[in-house]
Amino acid sequence: MMELLQILQQTGQDLLGPAWLPVWTIVKILVIVLPIMGTVAYLTLAERKILGWMQVRPGPNRVGYWGLLQPLADGIKLLMKEVIIPTKSNKFLFLAAPVLALAPALAAWAVIPFDDGMALANVNAGLLYILAMTSLGVYGIIIAGWASNSKYAFLGALRSSAQIVSYELAMGFALVCVLLAAQSMNMGDIVRGQQSEYGLFGWYFIPLFPMFVVYFLAGVAETNRAPFDLAEDESAIVAGFHTEYSGMGFALFFLAEYANMILIAALTAVMFLGGWLNPFHGWPLLGGLTDAIPGLFWMLGKMSAFLFLFLWFRATFPRYRYDQLMRLGWKVFIPLTLVWVVVVAAWMQTPLWVW
Amino acid sequence: MAEIKNYTMNFGPQHPAAHGVLRLVLELDGEVVVRADPHIGLLHRATEKLAEHKTFLQALPYMDRLDYVSMMCNEHAYVMAVEKLAGIEVPVRAQYIRVMYDEITRVLNHLLWLGAVGIDLGAMTMFFYTFRDREDLVDCYEAVSGARMHAAYYRPGGVYRDLPDSMPQYQASKIHSAAAVKQMNGNRQGSLLDFLEDFTNRFPKHIDEFETLLTDNRIWKQRTVGIGVVSPERALALGFTGPMLRGSGIEWDLRKKQPYEVYDRLDFDIPVGVKGDCYDRYLIRVEEMRQSTRIIKQCIEWLRNNPGPVMATGNKFAPPRREALKQNMEELIHHFKLFTEGMHVPAGEVYSAVEHPKGEFGIYLVSDGANKPYRMKIRAPGFAHLSSLDEMSRGHMIADVVALIGTQDIVFGEVDR
Repeated sequence: MMELLQILQQTGQDLLGPAWLPVWTIVKILVIVLPIMGTVAYLTLAERKILGWMQVRPGPNRVGYWGLLQPLADGIKLLMKEVIIPTKSNKFLFLAAPVLALAPALAAWAVIPFDDGMALANVNAGLLYILAMTSLGVYGIIIAGWASNSKYAFLGALRSSAQIVSYELAMGFALVCVLLAAQSMNMGDIVRGQQSEYGLFGWYFIPLFPMFVVYFLAGVAETNRAPFDLAEDESAIVAGFHTEYSGMGFALFFLAEYANMILIAALTAVMFLGGWLNPFHGWPLLGGLTDAIPGLFWMLGKMSAFLFLFLWFRATFPRYRYDQLMRLGWKVFIPLTLVWVVVVAAWMQTPLWVW
Repeated sequence: MAEIKNYTMNFGPQHPAAHGVLRLVLELDGEVVVRADPHIGLLHRATEKLAEHKTFLQALPYMDRLDYVSMMCNEHAYVMAVEKLAGIEVPVRAQYIRVMYDEITRVLNHLLWLGAVGIDLGAMTMFFYTFRDREDLVDCYEAVSGARMHAAYYRPGGVYRDLPDSMPQYQASKIHSAAAVKQMNGNRQGSLLDFLEDFTNRFPKHIDEFETLLTDNRIWKQRTVGIGVVSPERALALGFTGPMLRGSGIEWDLRKKQPYEVYDRLDFDIPVGVKGDCYDRYLIRVEEMRQSTRIIKQCIEWLRNNPGPVMATGNKFAPPRREALKQNMEELIHHFKLFTEGMHVPAGEVYSAVEHPKGEFGIYLVSDGANKPYRMKIRAPGFAHLSSLDEMSRGHMIADVVALIGTQDIVFGEVDR
């Protein structure tokens, strides 16, 4: 596999010379973005199916076997729909907002390692890059809410910006703990820091367990998913920031939301659950049996588990109220993370730190 | 300095949480409600005026369409008013059937309410859970009346006909194979009463399931405890009835206080709240479903052992028996007169009320001795509840208004009439 890639690289270099680098990068981008788009499409189907099964109903099953063509049909439907631009809206911003929401959601994927060395960009400040990109997504939402010239959208945008600002802090502090533990901001190094002869016991979710929970919940809040989906609280403010969007505008927001969900799942897996690492590595018998499985499999498996949690939350919990969400963020998550940063920093100075 | 103005938001009439066609003008200070102004009348169909132009029997199906999630209870108030005015003696079996269907209706209403309030507060799964059980109950409606919603089953003098010996069956189709259909029809092989008994046996477990999702859920409690507190005094002053009044801690239930039909022979309890907030109202409605199941069970037991007529005798108000109709001139004339000219109810006025799932549903009827009511006035519980929305929602947030509309159990069919 690796040799094959090397041969490809070499021939490309010989053929195109200096133009090879951009071409090769674009190829890599496509190799990441296209599967993400496909995953988003089928995540929507998985969501509807899983919600259906949790709610004693079959879910979509009319288009193709088990509804397998449903995402395709939905996509075509949204493509064919008219993009309605409300009067008195700011047309440029109205159209730019969905793009602004989707672009950072996709850009953040550049530093995610899918397997050892399998990342688009092996950036040393990967963690900072992730923080920057995930925070940028909120601009799309704020601009959408403001440009729509609708009261529901405006309220949704306000809620969303307040929510993301508050949860970004808790998320940041949780990541500081990871940074302390791994002593690196490179995503690949963070995963490698979790490698040990004890399999899953070497992963950061054990010493950083509260951070693991906080990070994932803050991630749910950041992606505006139930029970924190206040920005699109359909029972109070209709559809929140995307009330006025139809057709592809809406589809882009939809894509952004799901791409963000997958991103949060990937990040949680990388930072707390050892990314591509085999959970049974080094275990007697089981370790030997499973070491041959490629890292990509473990990575995708861990991501799927978190994505399932997203859907499970949605089926189970009622929605928080705006002020309760703020209280949870500021009075529970941020103090907890602050304390844990100190605890971890102190802990690392003692011989009890074995990770 | 710039002047700070409150933000006015139109909540509805096309709004996912407006429960129909509520138009609510909200004056907001940030997210906090300063004033809520409910507008009514978007579903006004002039039921009261229409009734003045229909015979007493023809006015009955309009009752179904008032509160369209508790159909038979509306009919009940109306037929009781006509019976009181005309002095009709209703057979005991018909009374039991009516009580049983009143309680089925109560469960139907509360199930829809629970699902809708769940969705309002973001617990979407509730809706699908409750509809699973609603399905069985609307099948019971279908079995007796042929209609799953607008039954028109109660008649002045009794009920349209006795309970059927068979239940409607599922048919095999492209979606359900014969084997699946056979399984779905498993508990439908016996009579309606068998089916209902099976339902009452499994339903309490289903209520437990609903409660595992909501009752002790922290988020659910945060969303409902302490929201829209109404003191007992205010609840009385605002004209609350039903679960809204009982939620505020006042023990008032027409089934106990002014027993009609056979409620005085049945054993059941009425739950009463303590705080008067949304959570209490939720608990009360859940408990009422359990109590209704108890009543249904007792009715099934009695109906099994006591066959008899389900319609009053005497040809002036009840249609003649079919066999008699085919053989006697007299009966034929009565039948013809009853269904063309309609019944003549003696002059007078009467108010009759039932404990409707939403509160006290009353019909005030004035007759001048003609074949149509001279005037009919409907007392709808939802109207009084909706008028208090402003008082209840002041100082709460937008999301709480949704919870309030939810626990008030507003249905626009009866509010706008």
